[in-house]
Amino acid sequence: MADANQINALPITIRGLTKTYGPVFALDHVDLDVRSGEFLTLLGPSGSGKTTLLMVLAGFTRPDHGSALFGDDEVIRMQPHKREVGMVFQNYALFPHMTVAGNIGFPLKLRNVNKATLHQRVESALETVQLEGFGDRQIDQLSGGQMQRVALARAIVFEPRILLMDEPLSALDKKLREHMQIELRHLHEKLGMTTVYVTHDQREALTMSDRIAVINDGKLMQLDSPRRIYDQPANPFVANFIGESTLLPVEHSDGHVSYAGTPVNVSGSESKDGRLLMLRPERLVLLKPGEEADYNTFQGVVKDVVYQGESFLLYVTLMDGADVAIRSVSQRGLLAAVPEVGAQVTLGLHPDETVLIPEGES
Amino acid sequence: MMTWLDSPASETQITHRRRIWLYIVATLVIVFLVVPTFIVIPMSFSASQYLEFPPKTWGLRWYGNYFGSTEWMTATWVSVKVAVLTVIFTTPIATMAAYGLFVSKIRLSRFIFILLITPMMVPVILIAIGVFFAYTKVKLNNTILGLVLAHSVLALPMVLIVVSAGLRSYDMNQERVARSLGASRLKAFFMITLPQIRFSVITGALLAFIVSFDEVIVALFISGGKMSTITRSMFLALRDQIDPTIASISTVMVLITSVALILAQMFGKSKSK
Amino acid sequence: MSTHSLPGTRPTTGANAAGLRQDDVRERMLMFGLSVPAILLVVVIIGIPVGWLFWLSLFNDEGVLSTSNYTRMIEHKSYYRIFRTTFNVSFLTTIICVAIGYPFAYFLAQLPQKWANIGLIAVLLPFWTSLLVRTYAWLVILQRKGLINQWGIELGLWDTPLRLVHNLNGTLIGMAHIMLPFLLLPLYGSMRTIDQDYIKAASNLGASPFRAFWSIYFPLSLPGLFAGIVVVFVLCLGFFVTPAVLGGGRVIMVSMKIETIIDLFYNFGTASALGVVLLALTLLVLFISHKLLRLDRILGGGTGT
Repeated sequence: MADANQINALPITIRGLTKTYGPVFALDHVDLDVRSGEFLTLLGPSGSGKTTLLMVLAGFTRPDHGSALFGDDEVIRMQPHKREVGMVFQNYALFPHMTVAGNIGFPLKLRNVNKATLHQRVESALETVQLEGFGDRQIDQLSGGQMQRVALARAIVFEPRILLMDEPLSALDKKLREHMQIELRHLHEKLGMTTVYVTHDQREALTMSDRIAVINDGKLMQLDSPRRIYDQPANPFVANFIGESTLLPVEHSDGHVSYAGTPVNVSGSESKDGRLLMLRPERLVLLKPGEEADYNTFQGVVKDVVYQGESFLLYVTLMDGADVAIRSVSQRGLLAAVPEVGAQVTLGLHPDETVLIPEGES
Repeated sequence: MMTWLDSPASETQITHRRRIWLYIVATLVIVFLVVPTFIVIPMSFSASQYLEFPPKTWGLRWYGNYFGSTEWMTATWVSVKVAVLTVIFTTPIATMAAYGLFVSKIRLSRFIFILLITPMMVPVILIAIGVFFAYTKVKLNNTILGLVLAHSVLALPMVLIVVSAGLRSYDMNQERVARSLGASRLKAFFMITLPQIRFSVITGALLAFIVSFDEVIVALFISGGKMSTITRSMFLALRDQIDPTIASISTVMVLITSVALILAQMFGKSKSK
Repeated sequence: MSTHSLPGTRPTTGANAAGLRQDDVRERMLMFGLSVPAILLVVVIIGIPVGWLFWLSLFNDEGVLSTSNYTRMIEHKSYYRIFRTTFNVSFLTTIICVAIGYPFAYFLAQLPQKWANIGLIAVLLPFWTSLLVRTYAWLVILQRKGLINQWGIELGLWDTPLRLVHNLNGTLIGMAHIMLPFLLLPLYGSMRTIDQDYIKAASNLGASPFRAFWSIYFPLSLPGLFAGIVVVFVLCLGFFVTPAVLGGGRVIMVSMKIETIIDLFYNFGTASALGVVLLALTLLVLFISHKLLRLDRILGGGTGT
């Protein structure tokens, strides 16, 4: 994947980062390592502190205390314009009084790049974001997607070693968003700079990231690859925030785990002493009599059936009163076998997909 | 016409006919507002001893009086000079203050803002005699500097308010982006922010010009003789007798203000309001 | 995964804490510093002289500390008359402005934006024209051989020239003209924001056009109306040029008296006292209206149905 254009990326080391507004902790002693060249997403609900963290990295928000290193350099007290990071905002913040080329060339002009080189690099940047020939356009002539790409071109043209993006795609409509997600991913692979990406959209995070940092209440909840975040959440908050899930309490005795008296095989779980069992709707299976052998089983009664187009949901109440949902794909065979409301069903969860969640932040 | 009169005029379905009194009042008010503003202009071209409208005979005698008089001309020149200097002095100071207060997160900012607005709330006569008194001690009466300083204080609130309003509708993210791209605060302000609040700054400058150019009361006290402003001279002349020359002076004043307005429009051209 | 201190406490130690605090202070000072020239200007040119005047007002003609300058205002009838005149003129001007201004603002607010903007130009035009020029124009229009009288006599409406100027009438007409835009702008602004859906709803529920106006529209326009009234009244209190020119010496306002005292007697003690009282009155009016406006908002701008 090495490219002739690849920039020497920098790792980011964050230690003890804290920012308070009065009694509220926007950032609460955050420790975070971003690997050189990786695409890291800061994922969390509104007010979680993810944007604050990004702004501290950019230099626009001053923390109360803490340390941030870009490579070996402490940047926490450095002024924004000296940090050499590229930044893309949610509303693009393109300069309306300049053309596209003017916008993109701005950082180069500030660095006293000579005219010929400047022009060439602007053209090259336009090519990279697939906007060749747009140089002379005015900003108000561009569509949302085009503005997005100009903002991107402007942020990378001066070859920063770190790129920061604050929900850059949230103003775009769905189809365009999904297209741009893939484009950004490709761009990252081509250019190779360390990228920190903020979003509240978990699908986006799962699609684009090398690793995801889940943030809530100013604290880091989990830092892991998308796969592991989804499959092995480290605490109830992550389990609830990413994907759908129901958490059931389990009992431990002599190294055996059981739910409502029934033993549970937790071979697929990384945490062997977690207190909560995670049931994801799409991981549950409707078992026919005789199939129970390989599965962890749960008995229940169907409460509701909801058809949702590409899949359907079954709301089941288990024997002990807990409510669980099971999702099945709308395939012909499965649709035909949908039980009625009131029917007794056996739900199955394969041990490989059985996960225990440590009792932690929720 | 008849059908229009019976058609509904508003959401309450009241007809135009029943609201005719409103339209009459509105027309009268427009006349009331506009006519005095402009009536002086055609009247100044009347050649007779008394001003009349419409003028029975046309002529430029009153303009001859005006341009031929050294006193009137000197006074006009003083007013223009002071107004221009006031603009040059006040606009940067007010813009800096507006920006500084806007960006500053100190709670004191609100009070400072109100402090800077006070010249608008204190009765001008009080400011006039106070400044007059103080100027006597430091010998600033009858000086251009004295006038410029006094007029600047009077114009400051106006410029401050207009530029602050412009900043409020400006997207500060642009300055942040510029800084992230390598521009220091200063460069970001001049290269990115200022061009975009240009319209507000120019409007503020225009208001400063008008405040200074039209100012009477303070000038009445602190200027005199050779340093008299045109407004002061006009006011004194008006109190004594009605010299029709004043009509021509008024017309020239309206002209000068209009030129300033047009210049402001030209330099302040902005896409949005 | 992370430790946190007790809620409500600010940790004082931690990496770079001191340095970051320093940076913060420095930045605040810099931004504040930008407004220093303006502050200096206001303090030196207004603060000091006016403060000085206030100081002077506390000394009588012999240079002895006393309140005689102030007590004189209560003792001498002439001062009472001047204050009464000032209040009358301000009050009457405000009433006239509201009487003709409210319908006009209402009319403008009903027009589609494009036409309303043209109407607004008529309102803003006077601002660009010197106050002195407009006052002079009224002098010319209202005088014995002026426009109104010329036409009135020509059309046979009256025989002898009406005395429209150099008296209270002329002053009121002139001041109403000057003050009208100050009332119209906030009032129009307030009216423009009234959602027509309210009127529709009222009509729908059976209100007559008048009722819909009085119960719904009028109360919603009150904030702008009050703001306009306050501005006009306060400006009238301190007004000088127009009454001086159009009043013909018969209308003496406080500001004119102050000017006379300095011009003729050079008595800063008395003049300052008068000026301070005028300032105090202005601030009082502003204060009262501030309280009233707040109340109005609390009551929801509704007069109840």
